[in-house]
Amino acid sequence: MSAPIHTVHSNKSPTGRAQTEPPVVRWLLIAAALIFLTLFLALPLAAVFSQAFEKGLTVYLDALKEPDTLSSIKLTLITAAVTVPLNLFFGVTAAWAIAKFNFTGKNLLITLIDLPFSVSPVISGLIYVLIFGLQGWIGPWLQEHDIKIVFAVPGIILATIFVTFPFVARELIPLMEAQGKEEEEAALVLGASGLQTFFRVTLPNVKWGIIYGVILCNARAMGEFGAVSVVSGHIRGMTNTVPLHVEILYNEYNYTAAFAVASLLAFLALITLMVKSIAEWKVRQQLENS
Amino acid sequence: MKFFKRHNNVLPGFGVTLGFTIFYLSIIVLIPLSALVFRTAGLTWGEFVTTVTAPRVLASYKITFGAALAAAVINSIFGVLVAWVLVRYRFPGRRIVDALIDLPFALPTAVAGITLATIYSPNGWVGRFLEPHGIKVAFTPLGIVLAMTFIGLPFVVRTVQPVVEEIETELEEAATCLGATRWQTLVRVIFPLLTPSILTGFALSFARGVGEYGSIIFIAGNMPMVSEITPLLIITKLEQFDYRGATAIACVMLLTSFTLLLVINLLQKWSRRYAE
Repeated sequence: MSAPIHTVHSNKSPTGRAQTEPPVVRWLLIAAALIFLTLFLALPLAAVFSQAFEKGLTVYLDALKEPDTLSSIKLTLITAAVTVPLNLFFGVTAAWAIAKFNFTGKNLLITLIDLPFSVSPVISGLIYVLIFGLQGWIGPWLQEHDIKIVFAVPGIILATIFVTFPFVARELIPLMEAQGKEEEEAALVLGASGLQTFFRVTLPNVKWGIIYGVILCNARAMGEFGAVSVVSGHIRGMTNTVPLHVEILYNEYNYTAAFAVASLLAFLALITLMVKSIAEWKVRQQLENS
Repeated sequence: MKFFKRHNNVLPGFGVTLGFTIFYLSIIVLIPLSALVFRTAGLTWGEFVTTVTAPRVLASYKITFGAALAAAVINSIFGVLVAWVLVRYRFPGRRIVDALIDLPFALPTAVAGITLATIYSPNGWVGRFLEPHGIKVAFTPLGIVLAMTFIGLPFVVRTVQPVVEEIETELEEAATCLGATRWQTLVRVIFPLLTPSILTGFALSFARGVGEYGSIIFIAGNMPMVSEITPLLIITKLEQFDYRGATAIACVMLLTSFTLLLVINLLQKWSRRYAE
């Protein structure tokens, strides 16, 4: 301790470089990280497109124009069109109650909202079979009245709502908590109604957070496999979503078609990542400004 | 903090929004999940134990939890490395790499499954280099570890990354000034700061791996006793109309998930306290 600071190990690590490693180590670490990420992320992504276009553009387009493919795309779009708005509405409502008010049991409520993320997708499908299936709670009653829920479109939508349940809420709660409620209080004092305050003050403040939650919710809704697989019944052209259709094509050894359809989902994933990055950056900016 | 008491809060809509939140949560999540518990309660204790400890089921736990553990360890090591490199170093393409980390969240699991199976099959892009060395990945338990590593990859990176960003450089400077070598600083100063977040990421990655289904079934081979994961076993039982069996095993999985969730919550509390 008595030695002057700059002479301690001055031959090995001058104090100016206290916060970083020697260039050789740095580049080795970067290389190791990039090799790992190439093997696990970049290569699979490249493989989807390479396999899809292996036999040329015509074969690729033909695979997409196939009636079963088109009907699976339609079902996936319908599922997302029902699921995303419902979970968006729920997410905004839950975030308002949780972020702007104090009440007992708040942490429990947040944990419960997050629950679907920690449940295996297979179980997320199974629980609806246990309720609406023939051996389920209200299955016999449904059959008497000729209503089909599981092994039909409503079951697919229910299971999808379950697995995408937390996305919007868990993004909005911390964001709205961080922004506080002074702006809303000011608006109310100045005579705005509750809804006016929400639409003119709160909503613009959390716009990018909503976009972030919606894009992730949508990606999962369109891509969910396990939960939907349990409740779908796998009827070609009727209860097959795009991911389920990929599975069928793959299991029929129709690899080019399977990857062609899969490439649509990979495009969706890339767009999702892009929008997500922009939204993340905007949210960060907004939080720094406020 | 009294229940429903809103002291000094002029904002409207508390009752309506909380009411709707609890209603929607109940019909979509709580009631369906409780159905699983009630159906299991319909079994006698003896039936339940026999079902969930049958040799094929036990083998599936071993495979599922073993592979998830291996994947979580791989993800913890490389996740810390990737997080460190992304925050501390500058290199071309860093932003794109950073955005790509979340690919496993965005890419549907079925797509990941067929792609990994194709790449790592004996004549695939990577598999062909492993095959001569006698390493088989696709259609073996190793394939399960691979798929679980893929889907769990973002968790460790995304929990460790913000903590690395928050580390104050003064700490490292102080360590160096007091005579620590760079290695000592890393091990004694930085690593302890990262530990709670690494453990959180590890647990998240493990939990995700245990429940995963879509990406694994394409690459696993799905041989009973060898490469059959528990979620697949639940589906097999369902397809044989063995609802009781499926429900009992699912209940075990659900209890495991809840335990993991509790552990993760405690870990997150710990890391938050650590950060302050």
